[in-house]
Amino acid sequence: MKILVIGGGMGGTILANNVARTLKDDLKSGKVQLTMLSASDKHMYQPGLLYVAVGKMTPDEMYKDQASLLEPSIQFHVDPVETFMLDDNQVKTKSGKVHSYDILVIATGSRMFPDSIPGLKENAEFFYTEETAVKLFHRVREFQGGKIVIAMGVPHKCPMAPLEITFMLDDFFRDRGIRDKVQIHYTYPIGRVHTLENVAKWAQPEMDKRGITYETLFNLKSVDGEKRVLHSEEGVDISYDMLISIPSHKGMEVIETNKLGQNGWIPTDRYNLNMEGRSNVFILGDTTNIPISKAGSTAHFEAETVGANIVAMVKFGAPVRKYDGKVFCFIQTGSESATYAMFNYIKPPDPKAPTRAIHWFKLAYNKLYWISARGLL
Amino acid sequence: MAEKKLVDARGSFCPGPLMELIAAIKMVEIGDELEVLSTDKGSAAEIPQWLKKVGHEHLGSHEEAGVWHVNVKRTK
Repeated sequence: MKILVIGGGMGGTILANNVARTLKDDLKSGKVQLTMLSASDKHMYQPGLLYVAVGKMTPDEMYKDQASLLEPSIQFHVDPVETFMLDDNQVKTKSGKVHSYDILVIATGSRMFPDSIPGLKENAEFFYTEETAVKLFHRVREFQGGKIVIAMGVPHKCPMAPLEITFMLDDFFRDRGIRDKVQIHYTYPIGRVHTLENVAKWAQPEMDKRGITYETLFNLKSVDGEKRVLHSEEGVDISYDMLISIPSHKGMEVIETNKLGQNGWIPTDRYNLNMEGRSNVFILGDTTNIPISKAGSTAHFEAETVGANIVAMVKFGAPVRKYDGKVFCFIQTGSESATYAMFNYIKPPDPKAPTRAIHWFKLAYNKLYWISARGLL
Repeated sequence: MAEKKLVDARGSFCPGPLMELIAAIKMVEIGDELEVLSTDKGSAAEIPQWLKKVGHEHLGSHEEAGVWHVNVKRTK
């Protein structure tokens, strides 16, 4: 039995480690082979980018060697897939090697796509790569006053990020003693300040209390960098001195070029997590087209489900679990407070009032993540 | 006109049916129709409000066995 995992992000790594530990005897005897193909030898803790942007984490804290996170029985190769030959149960990599499989897991993630909004890439600050997060840190550190506008594309990765960067910047400028010189103006695509109603009910009065202004029903149409003005689909114009954007994202190019899914999102059964029409191909995390948060915890819980099902397919010949849509998101509500939202396909979230204790737990999780990636937490 | 695109946002609290529609409407041509499926009652009111503000057409909504069907036409 050959199990092939494409992608060494959170979902692929947790799944591979869980399967490797559960099937350790089968891997040792050679009855099962488990291989991971990734585009990088490094593993990035992506939520760390938010902290790097406000100087609360150093860039090197976000990385570990991917091989060091994997069980030794996993055959790991830095050799990204370029061609999927699903009808033949094979993939072809950049180096030209062909890998065959009995079970395939695709967890290639997503990429930022600021190009979808004219003028955005050239005129906005971002924090979704190490380079842009470090650049944003320097910009806000040197900012002496004026109007900062937070604007986002749709769909965007990690739906909590817009609120988190807004509240963290509020605290950042208070710490610098220049909050009275900075206007923070938050925009959001729908008619409240967050898509989760219970989160919006908490966040809007919190913005009022902190003096953060906001414009809802604002969908970015274009950015005029010369005049420093944003234009929305709804016909509203907003001026800015510094624009910070959570851009839209899409699935990886290899998914699009192989015609596996529009915009790089692969059609996926929301309960079994198999690619529609293919019972031996599973999809994880950002790569699915399931209408839930593109967040690390989503990939984590999906990986646990698919991992258990792959083990069951080896041992029983059939999967045993269904994914219930579980998502757990920390919400950093400032530099010293946090809360969380937990929900699934049926049960809506009911976030509690932010506390310092949850903030500390989030900081602890930033370190514990590496245990989580190993599939131990 | 292309075949009506289905936006199956049942069970989506986050990003939610309206966000799913905003993402999906960019992927179809002007004149194309979309049908949003939602298990969130609020969407039945929220989506038409957004359509009115942005200028797309609301073709009608109905509820069937706990699922709201909101029909939309991209007009610009």
